[in-house]
Amino acid sequence: MTFLTLPRHALLAATAATALALAAGTGSAQTPDDVLIVGQIAEPQALDPAAVTAVNDFRILMNMYDGLVRYKDGTLEVEPALASEWSISEDGTVYTFTLREGVTFHDGSAFDAEAVKFNFDRMLNEEHPYHDTGPFPLAFFFSAVQDVAVIDAQTVQFTLNAPYAPFLTNLAYPTGLIVSPDAVREHGADFGRNPSGTGAFTFDEWRSNEAVVVQANPDYWDGAPELQTVVFRPITDANTRTAEMLAGGIDLMVEVPPVALSEFQGDAFTVHEQAGPHVWFLILNAKEGPFADVRVRQAANYAVNKQAIVDDVLEGTAEVAAGPIPPAFAWAYNEELAPYPYDPDRARELIAEAGAEGSELTFYVTEGGSGMLDPVAMGTAIQADLQAVGFDVTIETYEWNTFLGNVNPGLEGKADMAEMAWMTNDPDTLPFLALRTEAWPDQGGFNSGYYSNPEVDALLEAARVETDQDERARLYREMQVIVHEDAPWVFVANWKQNAVTSDRVEDFSLQPSFFLLLDDVTKN
Amino acid sequence: MTGYILKRLVSAIPVLLGISVIVFLIMALIPGDPATAILGSYATPENVEKLNRDLGLDQGLVARYFIWLGNMLQGDFGRSFALNRPVIDEVLDRFGATLILAGTSFVLCSILGIAAGVVSAARQYGFADKAITFVVLLGISIPSFFLGMMMILIFAVELRWFPVSGMWPIYGDRNFLVLLDHLAMPALALAVVATGVVARLARSAMLEVLRQDFIRTARAKGVRERRVIWRHALRAAMVSIIPVLGIQAGFVLSGAVYIEMVFQWPGVGRMLVDAILKRDILLVQGGVVFIAACYVMFNILVDVAQALLDPRIKT
Repeated sequence: MTFLTLPRHALLAATAATALALAAGTGSAQTPDDVLIVGQIAEPQALDPAAVTAVNDFRILMNMYDGLVRYKDGTLEVEPALASEWSISEDGTVYTFTLREGVTFHDGSAFDAEAVKFNFDRMLNEEHPYHDTGPFPLAFFFSAVQDVAVIDAQTVQFTLNAPYAPFLTNLAYPTGLIVSPDAVREHGADFGRNPSGTGAFTFDEWRSNEAVVVQANPDYWDGAPELQTVVFRPITDANTRTAEMLAGGIDLMVEVPPVALSEFQGDAFTVHEQAGPHVWFLILNAKEGPFADVRVRQAANYAVNKQAIVDDVLEGTAEVAAGPIPPAFAWAYNEELAPYPYDPDRARELIAEAGAEGSELTFYVTEGGSGMLDPVAMGTAIQADLQAVGFDVTIETYEWNTFLGNVNPGLEGKADMAEMAWMTNDPDTLPFLALRTEAWPDQGGFNSGYYSNPEVDALLEAARVETDQDERARLYREMQVIVHEDAPWVFVANWKQNAVTSDRVEDFSLQPSFFLLLDDVTKN
Repeated sequence: MTGYILKRLVSAIPVLLGISVIVFLIMALIPGDPATAILGSYATPENVEKLNRDLGLDQGLVARYFIWLGNMLQGDFGRSFALNRPVIDEVLDRFGATLILAGTSFVLCSILGIAAGVVSAARQYGFADKAITFVVLLGISIPSFFLGMMMILIFAVELRWFPVSGMWPIYGDRNFLVLLDHLAMPALALAVVATGVVARLARSAMLEVLRQDFIRTARAKGVRERRVIWRHALRAAMVSIIPVLGIQAGFVLSGAVYIEMVFQWPGVGRMLVDAILKRDILLVQGGVVFIAACYVMFNILVDVAQALLDPRIKT
């Protein structure tokens, strides 16, 4: 008798609605065969490679565009792409590229030397009629370019204002991807939503906050891709992304949170891991306070239990870092360098020698940010390790943009140490921008801890103008030994990027560049 | 009446101007600028300065405000830095999605809440009352984002009755049924707390009314109990329930932010959170002003409707 008091029509309506919803509940049926659905971490900013800065956007762009050169599969070494070959002048300032013949953009226009010139002029020349289709935040990668000249339709020549060895790897970076000049002329500032390149996949549609859809380019110069369609879905919440993967709503998921990895054990999924050009470190204020003494900086390196952070906080999604250049740059990495061992006793000795017992330290920690992994938990673990050897550490936590606003201008007068992480495309980038004397913040660099060693400065300057890769590698190896010893940073971790694919996805592998290349992937 | 409407419209102008000044100042004064957010690790002072110039952020605060206001008065809300599309397009898309989600939740919480409250009151201290009170207490106590995640785990991952997230399927037709399919879990998760609040209030309002003489009279006349409760008592109780529903409407709209995050619902709340983190100044400003304008308009409409119904208000 109880619920009879409810009017019958209300009850009916409620039942009907529930039934309807359940009937509509097709659940998450399997994704179609030739369509790969990728769970991305955010909505892209634009599909214009010159205008974007986020790895999230690069993951789409690398499948739609090509650069003059690209990274060889599984490495960070450069190989031909749209340029079939090139030569470098004796003094390292003139690069002449021979372009691949018969390549067309997705919009049908021809890829030639004029198109290459258009791309770089658009980015670099403020007078260029399409410079206003920017801004181009990473154009400074090519600030050494003085002039781009069309020699003939298949030959283009770059003149640099000074020798600059990272130029080629910068061309392999997404900022160097070549867009269709015709499409830029047609769409202007809306090019980023109407992209056209030469890549393995052509743009189909972009439904805001839902999906970017690309289709196979059957005429791709490097062989048509296996998949017919790729859909990039932005799913910002990591837990929701994990749930979508478990429920079969997506076929491939990037940036799996460490705690969720255990969900994907078993045959239904494959977990992929790949170390990349990433360093997670602590900037130490070498200008003032206890870390002005090299022994105290070394002590901090001994005191932090990096293995425990990597194993317990990051659940094995990173490896212990040894120095300022990540091992992913195999050709430039110094294999002989071993990470500082975890040795709290040695740390205490060094602190005692320096008379820094009980020093009070201010430690800047961020809540999150690009490449920062799990900064709060890592910061707390580091604080505990440093307390254990006798420091008195106070953490100050900031939201990412505020954090950068505090750290980038330099730590002087504010803090003794700060978390930081970098992902780069060349072994030159991070040390050059963050370890040289001329990179102190007041000179526009990122050396926020004011490290200064003339020897390191000289090595980095020499490596930057050296076009012979073996000689460059030798200079970097020497630099790594000195920096390791000087300990301007606490070297903590090199992140291993991860991804999960369903058992229907094959021939997928992650790249050390952190780019997502899908042209060889198959699905059944 | 026309005079009254005009008066109300004119009085909205200072409110909206005030909101525009406040949101503009907040975005200008919080640490971190769009250039730093875009450049991340590469935010050298030199790069930041150049990018800010390209974004038109190198002018004075006052000049920037009036340029923005002037453009907005001509219907131009500017372009989002982070999404590279006109602010107004983004805001309209997103606001529509939020209205669908919050609107459904509001209807759900009104119907379920009132029904639960009425049944509860009619069976005071009985089994139904105790069961409902318990469930309501549980509903009020569970944070909606947690409930949302649990619902995803059970109904999407394990049982696969509903899709995990999003508003539309990635491919296939878009019709009312598939929308309902995507809407069911987020709308329910969002409605739970509000339903609890409405149910509690409806229960006490009903109890109040059920003690009154006209109910006893009705029963004495031999009116059937169901009719006494659903017609006589509920109608009288609605007077005190309706204002609560008004408050709950605001509550579901603001609570939608969490639910939009969990279910990847492409609504305006998630848009604002993302935009603030990316320091997407024009999108935050435009979004806030647009939403504020909608609230103000809604209020004016309500007031005008009331004035039409009750001439005494028109003073």
